[in-house]
Amino acid sequence: MKIVVLVKQVPDTWGARRLNLDTGWLDRGGSEAVIDEIDERALEAALAYQDSNDAEVVALTMGPDSAKDMLRKSLAMGADSAVHILDSRLAGADLAWTARVIAAALTKLGYDLVIAGNESTDGRGGVLPALVAEHLGVPLASYLDSVAITADSIAGERSTELGTMSVRAPLPAVISVTERTAEARFPNFKGILRAKKKPVTVWSLDDLGADAAASPVRSVVLATSERPARSAGTQIVDDGTAGVELAEFLAARHLI
Amino acid sequence: MTEGLTTGNLPDEYQQLIDSVADFARTVVAPVAAQHDEEHSFPYEVVAGMAEMGLFGLPFPEEFGGMDGDYFALCLALEELAKIDQSVAITLEAGVSLGAMPIFRFGNAEQKEEWLPQLTSGEALAAFGLTEPDAGSDAGGTRTRAELAGGDWVINGNKQFITNSGTTISKLVTVTAVTGVDARGKKEISTLLVPTSTPGFTAEPAYNKLGWNASDTHPLSFVDARVPEANLLGERGRGYANFLQILDEGRIAIAALSVGAAQGCVDESVRYAKEREAFGRPIGANQGIAFKIARMEARAHVARTAYYDAAALMLAGKPFKKQASIAKLVGSEAAMDNARDATQIHGGYGFMNDYLVARHYRDSKILEIGEGTTEVQLMLIARDLGL
Ligand SMILES: Cc1cc2nc3c(=O)[nH]c(=O)nc-3n(C[C@H](O)[C@H](O)[C@H](O)COP(=O)(O)OP(=O)(O)OC[C@H]3O[C@@H](n4cnc5c(N)ncnc54)[C@H](O)[C@@H]3O)c2cc1C
Repeated sequence: MKIVVLVKQVPDTWGARRLNLDTGWLDRGGSEAVIDEIDERALEAALAYQDSNDAEVVALTMGPDSAKDMLRKSLAMGADSAVHILDSRLAGADLAWTARVIAAALTKLGYDLVIAGNESTDGRGGVLPALVAEHLGVPLASYLDSVAITADSIAGERSTELGTMSVRAPLPAVISVTERTAEARFPNFKGILRAKKKPVTVWSLDDLGADAAASPVRSVVLATSERPARSAGTQIVDDGTAGVELAEFLAARHLI
Repeated sequence: MTEGLTTGNLPDEYQQLIDSVADFARTVVAPVAAQHDEEHSFPYEVVAGMAEMGLFGLPFPEEFGGMDGDYFALCLALEELAKIDQSVAITLEAGVSLGAMPIFRFGNAEQKEEWLPQLTSGEALAAFGLTEPDAGSDAGGTRTRAELAGGDWVINGNKQFITNSGTTISKLVTVTAVTGVDARGKKEISTLLVPTSTPGFTAEPAYNKLGWNASDTHPLSFVDARVPEANLLGERGRGYANFLQILDEGRIAIAALSVGAAQGCVDESVRYAKEREAFGRPIGANQGIAFKIARMEARAHVARTAYYDAAALMLAGKPFKKQASIAKLVGSEAAMDNARDATQIHGGYGFMNDYLVARHYRDSKILEIGEGTTEVQLMLIARDLGL
């Protein structure tokens, strides 16, 4: 079984995250770049299967040169190899193009199962796994709170507003996982030492065929501005009339 | 791997280990540290997490279930843990460098095979029993005795202040005991492996300590405790010398732990000095505060270079006794001094038990006492100078 985990480098949610107001881009000096926590969980789902089954786990990312540190962490956690799609032409690529490029890389790489986080903590598009599955023409099981992998299928549970759905799909398939799946393991020293010897393949757009490189779609930021400071707000102390006061407050602003 | 162990330019694998342990400390240790301190409870769940990430196996080869790392890797892990929680760090330090290490260094094949896998995996803890009620700095004053009778060692005596000796996963205590007199009439001290299940062995109720509240410390008593003759660790009569070697190494680990404490105080103080306002500006805008923190940073940095240096010598197989003593001396003093300054910077909040700096204030004092007091380090350094 070949499991490919999609991982992304994002600014650490523990640090201060800022936009550069001149360029509209992320201020990379503002916080450390790390592997997205949700992708660590995706990787954990693959590694947990690998712990007791025969499986090859590949970490795949599309990102700038600095993303290689994050790939090294994926390898230290236990992935067998990594693929880095690195091409300066991809800077600013939007979700649609990114999905096309990743799908091309997956096709070239081969896979039985693709595992992604449900949405990245920076972009928060939440649709990349679906776009990738569509390009690949394989089933998608998204937003899984739990994952059970067998040799030829995956199953899991997804919470919705109305209840819990049990979903199942034959392999090959794409799945995405939520924060409710198991917490990721910490890399141990043996894993760190071994990671140095594991292969990292770098592909440019040229390696991925004409389709991936064609008709680029990018987001361009036109303007950014500082978030307005929070105003003091109105405090309602409940002495029995809070419900009424709250309703009046909302009604006065035409919110109800 | 030991070339160029300098701060800020570590080989990649060490830096990644630091990142991994720092992440663990932040996400797993920090959220429960104040509570375990308050309740004086042993953090079993944290220890299980450390075990899972292989920290108890750091300096041991893979054939004994280890991580194929080295003693410096252990030191780096201790520094990161101690920034957040000294109790957790000392639990690892005592488990590895005092618990498992004597067996790795001096054990025979059977002893290693029996004990190391469970200790390096963190499934079980071993304790190190040297100190006695009347023999601390002067550990040669050991009174605990062991006599051979019917193929068993029969042990009688007491040990004092023994870390990791009474948890539900404490499976072994390595103890020094007088096993006779040598040819010159001097006490012969040997080391024995005493499983905690041995009848006659008791871990007495835990101490009520000033700090390190989440670390497990007990007095031990031995009343006709019998272990097989084969439980002798290392050569008969070499027990004291072997323990001193373990303590030399252990000083580097305690120095690393101390540096973590000192740095933890700096980190908390920097954050607080930016946040806390008085007289209409952050308190850190006053040089009186900023200079204090700068000095704290300098202390932590110097102490770090001292333990890096001692560790590099040790890994290179060179003599490191004096450097280890110096690292332990300046590290523990940096921790204590920084804890005092950090508490001052935090004002009244620094006196509240659930603040990290208050915990460091209580926890750091023992660093100047355990694994050789400050005075003992000075004695060793002076002796090295021929004084
Ligand atoms: C929390 C905790 C955990 C511990 N864990 C362990 C453990 O796991 N295993 C273990 O074996 N021990 C352990 N110890 C014991 C510790 O190592 C001893 O407390 C320490 O070595 C000091 O011994 P002592 O308490 O008997 O003090 P003493 O040796 O009685 O010293 C009292 C004072 O006299 C000073 N002094 C002594 N001799 C001289 C001299 N010649 N010149 C100048 N000053 C001198 C000392 O520096 C000290 O200030 C632990 C202690 C504590 C508090």
